[in-house]
Amino acid sequence: MPVSSVNSSLIYGALKECGVRLLSALPETWLVHLIRLAEQDREMTLVRLAKEEEGVGISAGAHFAGVKSAMLMQNHGFLAAINGIVSFAHLYKIPLLMLISYRGSFGERDPWQTQGGNVTEPLLRALGIPYCFLDEAETAKKRLCHAQRLAESSLQPVAVLLTRDLMWEE
Amino acid sequence: MLRVDCLRAIYPELEKSLVVTIMGALPAELQSLGHRANFFYLQHAMGLSSSTGLGLALCMPEQKVIVLDGDGSLLMNLGSLSTMARYRPRNLVHIVFDNESLLSVGGFPTATGTGTDLEGIARAAGIPRVATVRDLESFKAAVIGGVQANELTTIIAKVEATGPAAYVTGLTLLENRFQFSRHARSLRTPEDRLSLSKGNKKVTQRRRVR
Repeated sequence: MPVSSVNSSLIYGALKECGVRLLSALPETWLVHLIRLAEQDREMTLVRLAKEEEGVGISAGAHFAGVKSAMLMQNHGFLAAINGIVSFAHLYKIPLLMLISYRGSFGERDPWQTQGGNVTEPLLRALGIPYCFLDEAETAKKRLCHAQRLAESSLQPVAVLLTRDLMWEE
Repeated sequence: MLRVDCLRAIYPELEKSLVVTIMGALPAELQSLGHRANFFYLQHAMGLSSSTGLGLALCMPEQKVIVLDGDGSLLMNLGSLSTMARYRPRNLVHIVFDNESLLSVGGFPTATGTGTDLEGIARAAGIPRVATVRDLESFKAAVIGGVQANELTTIIAKVEATGPAAYVTGLTLLENRFQFSRHARSLRTPEDRLSLSKGNKKVTQRRRVR
């Protein structure tokens, strides 16, 4: 499978370094290595979800307890979580670090991913959610840690878009 | 059985636990009995009270967590039952007040009024301890049993579809949220505190370097 295991490890290492100890996740192709790494790590609590919106509640519970968390999901999962993001994370000022695989953008072969790709950034902008891209190994760690820090200091959701350039090796 | 009587009957248990509720009539009733720093009222995001309780229970295994859910809210997030059952936190008691109605928005009937069996769904999802109760004595016994059992428990409490006249209280959402969070963090075990202080120390050192 041409999902980059090297860059997945890099992202996982950055999550650990910025203190994330709970990950909620719903599998998708680009996220397989990240989920396996969390599964094998005894310091990480991995919560496998039925639907991404649950992750908003789980991260809020973790935050109340003083535990740093992140959500791992596809952009379609972000679409499925929007009510929770607005009526919990925004309403109650909950920091949410959302790692979103940016499917359906340039280079996408799967027709079913393309519509979600079109609306991902416009929706993030409409919701006022700050976002950045992880698109090269050199800057990935720093950007991810900066996103985590902003989520914590601003008490709001922040999105990190995992792009094809970083996640996929053709 | 009235929900407010149920809340009164288990109030001593609620005072000793971290409590997460749904929106609307339930938090207004609970606040009428007395607000506490360990009560968090999720006044929107229907369905996510149980997920919030799960996150808390996983991060604070030494604390009892009680979720006060409703049939309308749970029906919006049935997957939460399978996620809770998957991780089975022993310190989580999930109470579902089933009035077969979306009371807060005009009393329209939910699917539990037309035959959907939440106890059966919870059991089939893999929740290890499940019960349906219809009177105050059995309700109180089921909740105390759930707290003492040290096993994930879902209790379906059949209640009448009545509630208070108004739902907005004097407690603002953010005041409640920060008070609850501060309280929960003050309960962290020494081991938790150690890992938290390590993180803080790192930040302090970095600041000093700059």
